[in-house]
Amino acid sequence: MPDADAVITLRNVSKSFGPFKALSDVDLTVHAGEKVVICGPSGSGKSTLIRCVNRLEEHDGGTITVDGIELDEHTENIRAVRQDVGMVFQQFNLFPHLTVLENLTIGPIRVRKMPKSEAETLARTYLDRVHIPEQVDKYPAQLSGGQQQRVAIARSLCMEPRIMLFDEPTSALDPEMINEVLDVMAELARSGMTMVVVTHEMGFARKVADTMVFMEAGRIVEIAPPEKFFTNPESERCRMFLDQILEH
Amino acid sequence: MVAGAQTGGARIARRTTWRTPLRRAGRLAGSRPVSILIYVAVMAGIVLAALNGASAMGYNWQWYRIPQYFYDFTEEGGFVLGEIPWGLVGTIGLSTSAFALAVVIGLVVALLRLSDLVVGRAVAIGFLELIRNLPLLVLLYVFYYVFGPIFGLDRWAASVACLAVYHGALISEIFRAGINAVPRGQREAAKSIGMSTAQAYRDIILPQAFRFMLPPMTGEVVNMIKSSAIVSVIAVAELTTVGRDIISETYLSFEIWFTIAAVYMAVTLIISAFATWLEKRHDVTD
Repeated sequence: MPDADAVITLRNVSKSFGPFKALSDVDLTVHAGEKVVICGPSGSGKSTLIRCVNRLEEHDGGTITVDGIELDEHTENIRAVRQDVGMVFQQFNLFPHLTVLENLTIGPIRVRKMPKSEAETLARTYLDRVHIPEQVDKYPAQLSGGQQQRVAIARSLCMEPRIMLFDEPTSALDPEMINEVLDVMAELARSGMTMVVVTHEMGFARKVADTMVFMEAGRIVEIAPPEKFFTNPESERCRMFLDQILEH
Repeated sequence: MVAGAQTGGARIARRTTWRTPLRRAGRLAGSRPVSILIYVAVMAGIVLAALNGASAMGYNWQWYRIPQYFYDFTEEGGFVLGEIPWGLVGTIGLSTSAFALAVVIGLVVALLRLSDLVVGRAVAIGFLELIRNLPLLVLLYVFYYVFGPIFGLDRWAASVACLAVYHGALISEIFRAGINAVPRGQREAAKSIGMSTAQAYRDIILPQAFRFMLPPMTGEVVNMIKSSAIVSVIAVAELTTVGRDIISETYLSFEIWFTIAAVYMAVTLIISAFATWLEKRHDVTD
């Protein structure tokens, strides 16, 4: 079923690591501007799913189409897709040998062949957007976890992607730094960015998500709008999961 | 007063129970002045034994004849470098060219080894196992007596190629370990912003791997200088060959070999000191 508005389409996607089936027959469609939050117990395939979307993992069955480009072994396709899909990692993965400014400009300069001065202007714009304009000349190790993650978000935004993927962006943060990152993500959501977020931050999900996805054992168990998902989930497994993480 | 004497007595009693005389001697021997004393005594013993042995066999020390091999004056009073400095120039030239080539070979082999290409990995492993399991001397003979005539390599070219191949294999392992020490997430982050594999290596992975590779790479420079001495067997002009040549003319074997050894040590110690400085500087910027 071709969907004019779809920017990410997964059809019967499966992926195994040796004998372990990380994804089996996953179907998911993400529309332009949609915010999808994926949750589920650890080992359920959430991270594998979004890592397949920019092919950090290669799926071994089914099809993944991003922005009309099908992901397969043609390298040019992959790089074109990756320029359009930003990714934020749990461990930030900033480049420790480069300053904040260089972390942000290296993508535009090397990949988009942008002149240095233009890239720096762009970088400063996005550092403003993540509320740390004053840290440009520091090295990542000199920043707090929350600041590092916001720099990582800005680094992705500097490629001016149409889609942003977040792989548990707040899981490695101290509790007092989680909100500063979630605030930036919520602002990004309001700006109309298409987002796929793997997170256990259900407050954020409730506020931002258009669609909630619950995964277990490599399968999508439930897809529902947040109102229904949080109040009246269909599957028993999803209800139990929500009870567990919303208890406190 | 009585209480004070009692606690004092208790303290002494406890001390004597666990600080046995042996322990005390051990501590004393471990202290800095005593260590230096022991070191000097041992070294003096070795030197004296050598000198005694030499005099017992009637060796005639002629250290005064050594300086002329470092520098000399022409009849017009001009200053000229002697044979030993020229030998050192040869050693450094040989080691530098071979090391530069070895780094290129090492990088290529390491990248092949880490690549997704099955053929690339097989070639890299085959090369590595072949070179690592041959004695350097045999490799040198192969390069000089076999590849020399086939590819028209002279002594110098055969030596550079042999040392480069031998150390290239070792350096490839240093590269591989350094690259593997860079966290996986770095490569993923580079890819996620659309970088090609080559860009990720050049801008992200290798600069970080450099930090891990610096100490073993310095060791390899030192090893290269030391193993370059082996090319004296095919009479390439370098430090060890110069030593052999001087001895064949003068029979000053003790003085010359001590001198040549000291020159090698001076060079390698300077390199090690430079590497230590470089490492410290690199730590600060990080």
